[in-house]
Amino acid sequence: MTTAVADAHEHHGPEKGIKRWLFTTNHKDIGTMYLIFSLIMFFAGGAMALVIRSELMTPGLQFVHPEFFNQMTTMHALIMVFGAVMPAFVGLANWMIPMMIGAPDMALPRMNNWSFWILPVAFGILLSTLLMPGGAPASGWTMYPPIVLQTGVAFPFLIFSILLMGLSSIMGAINIIVTILNMRAPDMWLLKMPMFVWTWLITAYLLIAVMPVFAGAVTMLLTDQFFGTSFFLAAGGGDPVMFQHIFWFFGHPEVYIMILPAFGVVSEIIPTFSRKPLFGHDSMVYAASSIAFLSFIVWAHHMFTVGMPLSGQMFFMFATMLIAVPTGVKVFNWIATMWRGAMTFETPMLFSLGFVFLFTIGGFSGVMLAIAPADIQYHDSYFVVAHFHYVLVPGSIFALMAGAYYWLPKWTGHMYNETAGKLHFWMSTIFVNLTFFPMHFLGLAGMPRRIPDYSTQFADFNWMASVGAIGFGLSQLIFVYVLLTSKKGEKATDRVWEAPRGLEWTVPSPAPYHTFDTPPVKRVSEEAFE
Amino acid sequence: MTVINLMLQKSFLSLLGLIFASAANADWALNMPRGITELSAETYDLHMMVFWWCVAIGVVVFGAMIISLFMHRKSRGAKPATFSHSTSAEVIWTIIPCIILLVMAVPAAETMIRLEDSRDPDVSIVITGYQWKWHYKYQDEGVEFYSSLALPSVKARFKESGVDPFSVENYLLEVDRPLVVPKGRKVRLLMTSNDVIHSWWVPDLAIKKDAIPGIINEVWFRATETGTFRGQCAELCGKDHGYMPIVVEVVEPDAYQAWVDTRHAGGAQVAQMEN
Repeated sequence: MTTAVADAHEHHGPEKGIKRWLFTTNHKDIGTMYLIFSLIMFFAGGAMALVIRSELMTPGLQFVHPEFFNQMTTMHALIMVFGAVMPAFVGLANWMIPMMIGAPDMALPRMNNWSFWILPVAFGILLSTLLMPGGAPASGWTMYPPIVLQTGVAFPFLIFSILLMGLSSIMGAINIIVTILNMRAPDMWLLKMPMFVWTWLITAYLLIAVMPVFAGAVTMLLTDQFFGTSFFLAAGGGDPVMFQHIFWFFGHPEVYIMILPAFGVVSEIIPTFSRKPLFGHDSMVYAASSIAFLSFIVWAHHMFTVGMPLSGQMFFMFATMLIAVPTGVKVFNWIATMWRGAMTFETPMLFSLGFVFLFTIGGFSGVMLAIAPADIQYHDSYFVVAHFHYVLVPGSIFALMAGAYYWLPKWTGHMYNETAGKLHFWMSTIFVNLTFFPMHFLGLAGMPRRIPDYSTQFADFNWMASVGAIGFGLSQLIFVYVLLTSKKGEKATDRVWEAPRGLEWTVPSPAPYHTFDTPPVKRVSEEAFE
Repeated sequence: MTVINLMLQKSFLSLLGLIFASAANADWALNMPRGITELSAETYDLHMMVFWWCVAIGVVVFGAMIISLFMHRKSRGAKPATFSHSTSAEVIWTIIPCIILLVMAVPAAETMIRLEDSRDPDVSIVITGYQWKWHYKYQDEGVEFYSSLALPSVKARFKESGVDPFSVENYLLEVDRPLVVPKGRKVRLLMTSNDVIHSWWVPDLAIKKDAIPGIINEVWFRATETGTFRGQCAELCGKDHGYMPIVVEVVEPDAYQAWVDTRHAGGAQVAQMEN
C-alpha cells in the first residue's frame, strides 16, 4: 500500500504509552478503545443482570431489597444499551468503515477522540450513582415521570450522564456520515458500498434525528425537578404521557440503531462463508431504509395501554405491522444468499446463523406484539422482556460477536482459537435460549416485568431462566480467553478467509497503523467491489 | 450461608417439579388464559391466530434455512452458484407477507373497536392507584375502600422473613379486600392515580390499563363466569411495585347486591361508632 505520495509524508507510528490512547486521532486506536470499553460495560451490565436473575431464581427475597433490585434493572438497561451495544457498533464502524471504503481515517479525527473520551466520563458519573445516598436511579431505563422524579441525589447525575452519552453519539454519527459521504474511493458510488457501511450510514442519520429529542426530554425532566416547570406534572397542568410520546419517538428508532449495524455485520459475513455474493444487495439497502423510515412512525406501540384514541391505536398498529415486510425481506435475502452456496461454519458464520435464527424468533414475537388487543395482554409482562432480549442478545450481541471473530485476524494479524470460538458460540446459544425462552411463558401466564419477587406458580420457569443466565454469563468468559490468546494463533493472511469481499481484505494483516494513504485505484479495488 | 442453602434446597425442589410437571398441572401455565369475558376470549383467539401464522412462516423460513445448511455445505462438495438477485423472488416475498399481515389486521381492528366501546355501563368503578395499593370507589353505590396486599404475604415477603413463600396460599396475589363485581353486567372501570403511573392488569379479564395522575382512562368488561381472578400492577411504580396485587371476585348479581348492602350497613355502623 505504500506509494510515493505516502512516503513523502513523515510516516509516523503511534505515540508511546498512555499518550497514544489519550491523544490518539487514529481510527484504529479509537475503534479499539470503543470495543474494549463496550466489553467492560458488557460485563458490568451482565453482572447486574446476574444480581437480578439470582434474586429471581426462587420466590421470596434472598439477596437484595426491592429498592436495590429496581436500581439493578435500571442500570442494567442503561449500561447495556448506551454502554455496551451502541459503543461496540461505533467501535466496529471506526475500525472498519475507513478500511471498507478506502479512506485513510475518519473525516473528523479529533472529534472522534473527543466522542470516545466523553463515554468513560459519562459512565463514571452513571456508575457513581450506585454509591450515592438513595442509590442509583430505580425508575427503569425509560425514566417515566412522575416516578423518575422520586430519584434521590442521583437524579441530576443520571440526566447529565445521559446528555453526555447523547453528545458522544451525535458526534460519532456526524463523523460517520461525513466520512462515508466524502471519503469513499473514487469509483465506489453509493449503491456499491458494502452493507455494513450502508446500514451504518442509515443508523447515523437515525442517531442525529433522535438523540437531540431524547436530550430535550431528559432536560425537561431536569427543569421539572429543579426549576419549577410542569412539562410532565399533572398538578401543574402538564402531561405525564407526553414524556412517553417523546421518549418513544427517540426509543423506537433507538432499537433500530442497535439492530441495523447488526444487519450490516451479518450481511458481510454470510456471503463470505457461503462463497456467494450477498443476495439482493440493493433491496437490502431499500429494506434498511424503509425500516429506518418506519421507525419514526410506530413509537406509540410501546404505549397501547396509556389510553390513546382508537384512531391512534389503529394507526400505530398498522404501521408497526408493516415493519415485518422489510425485516422479512432481509431474512429472506440472507437465506437466499446461503441457498446453493458452499458453506463452511467458522465461528463468525455460526454466530451469524444463530443471529438469523434467533433474531427471527424475536421478529415473530414482534409481530405478535404489533397486534394491539393482544399487546394489551403482553405489555409490561415477561413476554416483552423475552421479545426484546431475543432481538438484543442473540440479535445485536451475537452480531457483534460475529463481527469481532470475523475481523479479529485483521486487527491482530493472527487467527483466534477456533475451538474456543465454537465452544463460545454453542454455550452462548444454548444458555441464551434457556434464559429467555421460558420468559415468553412467564409473561403469557401473567408475570409482570420489573418485580423483585413473584407468586409461586412462576417458580419453575424463573429458575430455568436464572440457570440459563448464569450459564450465559460464564460462557462469555470464553470470549475473554479468546481475546487474551488472540495473538498466539497462526499468522493470518491478508485475506484471512477463503472468499471475503471488500477493501479491508486488500490491506495486510494486522492492518498497518495507516491504511489507504492514497485512495485505492479501480484496478486494485475492482474485484473487491464487484 | 443459610440463605444459599435454602436457595439450593428450593432449586433442587423446583428442578424436581420441572421434571415431574405435566401439562395438566395448573402451576405450569404455558399460555395466555382464555379468560372469562367475551373480549378476553377474542384477545386469546387473536393471540393464537398470530401465533399459528408465526409457526407456519417459521416452518417455511427455518425449513429453507435448514435444508440449505445441510445441502449447500462445502464439506459435501457443494459448488457455489453465482446468482445475486432475482426481482421476481423479491417481489413475491414482499407481497406475500403484506397479504398475511392484512389477514391478521382485520380481526385485530375489529376487536380493537369493541375494546374501546365502554358506553352504557351497568356499574362504574373509579380505580385510583397509590404507592402501593389500589383504591376502589363504586360510583353509584356509594361504596369505597382500599385494597392492599394480604397479611400472610406481607409477613413472608421480606428478606429473611423465615416464611417459605410456598407455604403461603396465593403468595403476593392475595388482598385484604377484593373488588367485587356482578356477573353478566357491563362494568366500566375509570382509572387514575394519586402519585405515579400504575397499571391495572387482570389477565383473565384481558384488561391492562395505565392509571395515570391527571388523566382518567376507561375500560370495560362483562364477566361470563363467577370466580376469583388475580392480577398485579404492571407499570413500575417504585419499590413495592411487586406488592400491589389485584383480586377481582365475580359473583351472581343478587350476591353482588347483597354485598353492596352489607358494605352500606357496615359503613353506617362505622359512621355511628365514630359519632
